[in-house]
Order: sequence, then C-alpha cells, then structure tokens
Amino acid sequence: MELVTPAIGLVFWMLVTFSLLLFILKKFAWKPILSSMKEREETIEKSLQEAANARAEMQKLNQQNESLLAEARAERENILKEAREIKEMIVGEAKKTAEEEAKRMIERANEEISRQKNAAMDDLKKEVAHFSMQIAQKLVEKELENNDAQKALIATQLSQLDKQQTASA
Amino acid sequence: MPYFSALFSIGRLQKNFLLVLFYAFSALAVHASDSHGEAKNAHEDAHSEQKMDPGKMILEHISDAHDWHLWGHTSIPLPVIVYTKSQGLSVFSSSHFNHGHDAYLGFRLNEKNQVIWENEAITDPIYDLSITKNVLAMFLAVFLLLFIMLSIAKTYAKRSGKAPKGIANLIEPLIIFLRDEVAKSSIGPKYERFMPLLLSIFFFIFVNNLMGLIPIFPGGANVTGNIAVTMVLALVVFITVNFSGNKYYWKHIFAPDVPKAMYIIIVPIEILGVILKPFVLMLRLFANITAGHIIILGFFSLIFIFGAMSTGLGYAVSPLSVAFTLFMSFLELLVAFLQAFVFTLLTAIYIGMAVEEHHHAEHH
Repeated sequence: MELVTPAIGLVFWMLVTFSLLLFILKKFAWKPILSSMKEREETIEKSLQEAANARAEMQKLNQQNESLLAEARAERENILKEAREIKEMIVGEAKKTAEEEAKRMIERANEEISRQKNAAMDDLKKEVAHFSMQIAQKLVEKELENNDAQKALIATQLSQLDKQQTASA
Repeated sequence: MPYFSALFSIGRLQKNFLLVLFYAFSALAVHASDSHGEAKNAHEDAHSEQKMDPGKMILEHISDAHDWHLWGHTSIPLPVIVYTKSQGLSVFSSSHFNHGHDAYLGFRLNEKNQVIWENEAITDPIYDLSITKNVLAMFLAVFLLLFIMLSIAKTYAKRSGKAPKGIANLIEPLIIFLRDEVAKSSIGPKYERFMPLLLSIFFFIFVNNLMGLIPIFPGGANVTGNIAVTMVLALVVFITVNFSGNKYYWKHIFAPDVPKAMYIIIVPIEILGVILKPFVLMLRLFANITAGHIIILGFFSLIFIFGAMSTGLGYAVSPLSVAFTLFMSFLELLVAFLQAFVFTLLTAIYIGMAVEEHHHAEHH
C-alpha cells in the first residue's frame, strides 16, 4: 500500500533537514537555553540558600543581642547593688566617725571643763587664801596693837617654830 | 505509563472513529428509504457536478503530492527533482505535468502521484528527490521552529539570570517539563547529553503536528503522518540508542542472565526487540496523525456525501459535521501534543535502558 511505503525523496529530505535542524538547534538554541536556564536555577537556589543563611545569621545576632542585653541588665543590677552597698557603707562609716568624733569632742569638752573647774578652784583657793591673809593681817594688826599680846604671840610662834625644827631634825 | 497513555490515545481515536462510522451508517440507513422519491433529482445533481469519491479525496489529502492544492483548480506547483542513470539529474516545475495529464522529459505522473516513465517499457529506476508538499511543509515547520528557538536563545543570552519573557514563557515550561519529567527521570544522571536530541524530536513533531491541523496553505500537510518522516525519526532514535548502549545493554541482549539453553529463544527475541522498539515508534506516530486527518476529513466528506443525495440533506448535515470536526480538532490538538510527548518519552526510556549502569539482576 502506498500509504505505508516510505518515499525515497521524503526520506532523503527528512534526513538532511532533521540532521541540520538537530545540529543548528543543538549549537545555537538548546545549549544556550539549557545552560542559561541551569544558570538561573542555580542562581535562584544560591539566593535562597543565602537568604536562609542570612536569616539564620540574623537570628543568631538577635539571640546574641538579647543575651548581651540580659547581661547588661544583670550588670546594671550588680552595679546598682554595689553602689547601694557602698553608699550604705559610706553612710555607716561616716556615722561611725561622726559618733566617734562627737564622743571625742565630748570627752575633750569634759576634760576642758574639769581643767577649767580645777583652775577655777585653784584661783578660788588663791583668792580665798589671799582674802584669808588680808583678814588675818587685819586681825593680827588689831591683835598686836598692845605689846603684851605681841610678846605672847612671838613667844607662841617661836615655840611653835622650835617644835617644827625639832620635828624636822 | 507511557504505553498506557499511547494506547489510551489510540483507543480514544478508535472509539470516536467507530462512533462516526455508526452515525454515518445509521444515517444512511434512515435516509435510504426517504431518498427514493428524490432519487431522480439527486441523479440529475450528480450529473451536473463532478462526482465525489470521499475515499479518494481523503487519501489524496493525507498522501504526498507534487503540487500544493490551495482551492478549486488552483495549486502551487513544486519543483520536481528526479535522478535516473540514463538522463542524470532533471529539475523542472511540476506544472509541466499539468496535474498528471501531460508528460515531460519522458516522465509522467501516475494516479498515485508518483513520477514514472512515460514509456512503461523502460525499467531504469527513478530516484525521485522532488520538493514535494510534505518536504515543503517540513521546511516551513523547520524554519518556524528555528525562528522561534533561535530568537528565544537570543533573549536568554540577553537577559541572562532574569525571568523569561515573551515567547520564552511559552517554551520554557515545555523544556523544563521534558528535562525534569522525561529526560531526568527516564535517563538518569547522563540525561544532559541527550537533551538536544529529545528537545529537537519533541518540537519537530509538535510543530509539524500543529501545522498539520491548520487547514489552509502553510499547514494541512500530513508530515508527521507520513511513514517516511516517522521512519527517519525512528531511525535517529535507533541509531542513538544503539550507539550509546553500554556493556550492560549489549549483555542484556546477547548474554542475558538466563540458563544457556534459553539463549536460542531469548536472544532472537531481544534482537527483535531492539528493532521493534523504533519500529513501533514509527508506526504509532504515523497511525495516530494519519487517523486524525482521516477522521476530520471524513466528517467533512459527510456533508458532500449527503449533499450528493440531496442538497437539503447536505445543508442539514453540515452543522453536525462542523460540530464533530470542531470537537475532533480539539482532540487533535491534544493528540498533537500527546504524540510528540509519547515519542519523546519512549525515546528517553529506550536511551535510559541503553545507558543504565547497574547489572540486570531481575529479568523482564
């Protein structure tokens, strides 16, 4: 049957055409198309990979930031605590010093007071002695207005002196 | 799966074809009684018009020709190139034959449109290398294919790394589909070497199938439904498969893992299989595309068959005919893709079998 008998001319032209088609398409169409498609696919894959990497990096950074922040917060707490402690210490110390100072001042004041008192007492004693002397002088002057009395007194005094000398010897 | 889809498409065509035949016969049976009264009338019509032979018309449409029929008595004459030992190479226009009525340089056309000697006593063989309708249609399809693919390649070079644009958007999914679903899955890691062949085969068949569906000039030729074309395609597949076959492929054929006594049966079967695979490829494409053309032409012929009985009947049948033809044309669009796909897929599977690296422990 004619329909299933291949015609030699068509076989010839088909061979020629298809070989040329295969050659031209392979060299000028399929190779550039396939290679650029592959290239594009690789680029896309790489970009996706890079994006995922960047995301992971970001997450890591975030985590780091958070831990840094937490650390900083803890540090601040520490510092504040320390500052409070130092403040308390300083205040305490100051109080103690002040107390000691006060005590010392009081002591000094007491000492001064006692010293002043003593000095006053001494002065008073001197004054009293002076007054006594004056009184005694006046009394003696009055007593010694007559000779008898003077003689009696000298006698007593001399005897007294004697006694004293013997006692000291 | 590929066998299944191929069988499915054939089965579907056959089913539709049977439906058509059933419809045609039942219609004829119904109208046979009616047409008695109009028989005389119809007879007169037949006298005035040229008698129509649908079988001859269909066969003329699906076979090759030395001129490209456009309409009525208008056709494009094509160059005739014949080589004979006695006359050497002769190149002349097919218009010299005057549609088979005249002889030229001692040649004439027979009723099958073949160039033969005018003097039938000469037995010198004629090598007819004419640019026939199918050759020209194939050239046009190839030019179209080259134009599309080369311009796409240019846009790829220009826009490297960017998204595809324009017609590349249409072609790229097909290329990716063929690469990932056909080549990669059937051939395996060595698929890249065979991509150009697979793509060329696919797009050649696809474009020619589609061009064949266009009813007017640049289309309409039955290129992929021509046994010579499918034979060359199958030959290319046969050569590729057997030249890329590795030692496991040949061992599987000549020294399969069966008892030596079985070789006498198995080896011839395997050798037959090597030839049969491309042979089936050739027949499948040829049969599917030719069948599609025949069915569509058959539907159109119905109009004229009924028109020959009575003009009114012809008009009455024509909407149905057109509807069926439209439906078939849509189906043929699917078949155009499917057959190109099946041919490519089977080629990839055969190549995959030939380049497979491991030992065949299991037999099939």
